[in-house]
Amino acid sequence: MSEELHPSVAGAQPYMREERQGSGTTDEPLFESDEGRERLEKIRSRYPSARPALLPLLNYAQEKNGWVSTRAMEEIAGALDLTPACVHSVATFYTMYNKRPVGRYLIQVCTNISCHLNRGDDVLERFLEETGTRPGETSENGLFTVVEAECLGACGFATVVQINEDYVENVTPEKVPDIVDALWARAEGRDA
Amino acid sequence: MAFPHRHDLETTTLLSRHMGEEEARHLDTWLERGGYEGLRKALTMEPEEIVQVVKDSGLRGRGGAGFPTGMKWSFMPGADDDRPHYLCCNADESEPGAFKDREVLRWSPHLLIEGCMIAARAIRARHAYIYIRGEFFPVLPILNRAVSDAYREGYLGEGIMGSGWSCDLTVHVGAGAYIAGEETGLMASLEGRRAEPRVKPPFPAQVGIFGQPTTVNNVETLAAVPMILTNGAEWYRQWGTEKSPGTKLWCCSGHLNRPGNYEMALGVPLKDILFDVCGGIPEGRAVRAVIPGGSSTAYLTPDELDCETTYEGLKEAGSSLGTASPIVMDESTCLLRATRRIAQFYAHESCGQCVQCREGTEWVTEILTRIEHGDGRMEDIDTLYDLCEQLTGRTICVLADSVVFPLKSSLDKFRDEYEAHILRDTCTAT
Ligand SMILES: Cc1cc2nc3c(=O)[nH]c(=O)nc-3n(C[C@H](O)[C@H](O)[C@H](O)COP(=O)(O)O)c2cc1C
Ligand code: SF4
Ligand code: FES
Repeated sequence: MSEELHPSVAGAQPYMREERQGSGTTDEPLFESDEGRERLEKIRSRYPSARPALLPLLNYAQEKNGWVSTRAMEEIAGALDLTPACVHSVATFYTMYNKRPVGRYLIQVCTNISCHLNRGDDVLERFLEETGTRPGETSENGLFTVVEAECLGACGFATVVQINEDYVENVTPEKVPDIVDALWARAEGRDA
Repeated sequence: MAFPHRHDLETTTLLSRHMGEEEARHLDTWLERGGYEGLRKALTMEPEEIVQVVKDSGLRGRGGAGFPTGMKWSFMPGADDDRPHYLCCNADESEPGAFKDREVLRWSPHLLIEGCMIAARAIRARHAYIYIRGEFFPVLPILNRAVSDAYREGYLGEGIMGSGWSCDLTVHVGAGAYIAGEETGLMASLEGRRAEPRVKPPFPAQVGIFGQPTTVNNVETLAAVPMILTNGAEWYRQWGTEKSPGTKLWCCSGHLNRPGNYEMALGVPLKDILFDVCGGIPEGRAVRAVIPGGSSTAYLTPDELDCETTYEGLKEAGSSLGTASPIVMDESTCLLRATRRIAQFYAHESCGQCVQCREGTEWVTEILTRIEHGDGRMEDIDTLYDLCEQLTGRTICVLADSVVFPLKSSLDKFRDEYEAHILRDTCTAT
């Protein structure tokens, strides 16, 4: 991030970073660094009051730590002058916040109608088999969490799978082993 | 990010002209393509004049309800109201079947920014928010860069394009909640609350985000505005029909040879889109059913596909245009299962405020699942009809009604499917 972040997009950074998830999971303070305080200020400057900054800051917590801990929620509550209970009730409403750490690769398989018609259920099954997990459970090596997803907004390219921030489209059950192998290779390459 | 198949048979490229063209994402290239000319013109016009042009064009909201855009803008308070006004661009796209806003966002971000600024000027807003669904991460670097560039070059912010008019724009990213697409749910979410819809009135034009007058418009609606300003209302009306002017992005999915996103003048027969543009059904199989406007619209049977693709045409056919997202099911499809999957979605996404919706959508899903597993009874059909009644017109928002359209039409039109499962534990799909 060499270019200066414009305040208009400070709350709109992708927040499912591979390098923050899996074994690298941390729970670092958000606003003790200059970077964190700057992000907080830029985001707050875009709204007439404090509370609308809540989702962008929860996004930031997940961007930074790979999940949103109770501690992070309390820190955000403090920064916005909200109660921790209020932040918790909002955070639990939205499905994308990981309330506990997930695998390095969060694999979300759409089984909604257009994907359902294009073997989405079989694709999901196949991902579970290949990773040896059950839905929502993280594999022992910390690499994979597979979940069933609702429509991902790419229905013409069914079956649609989201792996962390990326969309993988036109997935068939037959393609799943190669996709999982490629993730293995990527993880090993980086660990080596 | 491959761009969907294009077919020049009947497609019209106004909104989609630069889709698939990577350079067009960048400001300098976009300007060479005539970008920001509509805004330049709007900056010389009074807000009321802009509203009038959009009214004359007949543009209707592309978010699902088809409400006339110019009229919606005219509900905003006038110059004598000194409260801050806001524009919200609804980029929460999550109706199953719909995938058009993502195409605008990722290929033509400046088109959307320009549309937002024209709309903001028309409604006297000084700040526009683009609320984008959380899952659309791949779009963010593209949109964020476009917004940052537009600020740097004076197309956003203070004194836009050398005029005395200023307006801000902020990108706001959601976190997974279909109901945040409903306009009052969206406003709650933007305010940092649970995306729970509220009763209208008061309408957003009176009490919107932060308690102030607000207009919520869909991405595709706003993207159509710049060309209308540049070329005029009459020009726009050369496409489409009297009541449904212009072009529309069609999101075609399900069992099709060439599924994808196609821009068409409104009014083309639905079957031409499905059979000519999309190449019909794979392996020469027959169609069994089509849901024409996204998962919250009623099923059509194969002999109802002659209808014209306008707001009126699809209504006459007993369904609706919705988000223009036909989901095609061939003869091998179990319609009971398909309907169960749709109901399951609404049950999952109900925000839970209204008992009828929270319980009713769950109940529908349970009954359909039971029938699917061979444990249905004939009384279940009556119970489902009963639930349709319970779910219609009794709740805060229309998510509850949304499940009724596919459910009730499947009961009406494909009763044989239900009976086969209940009486014989078989399926009528081939
Ligand atoms: C349950 C529900 C979900 C909706 N989701 C969306 C959506 O994802 N995107 C959208 O633009 N409109 C959505 N709408 C419609 C909005 O409430 C609103 O009518 C629309 O954004 C207005 O824009 P338009 O006038 O430009 O069409 C939804 C409505 C309901 C009831
Ligand atoms: S109808 Fe359903 S989604 Fe809409 S407000 Fe009521 S419970 Fe929530
Ligand atoms: S139904 Fe799978 S992406 Fe829409």
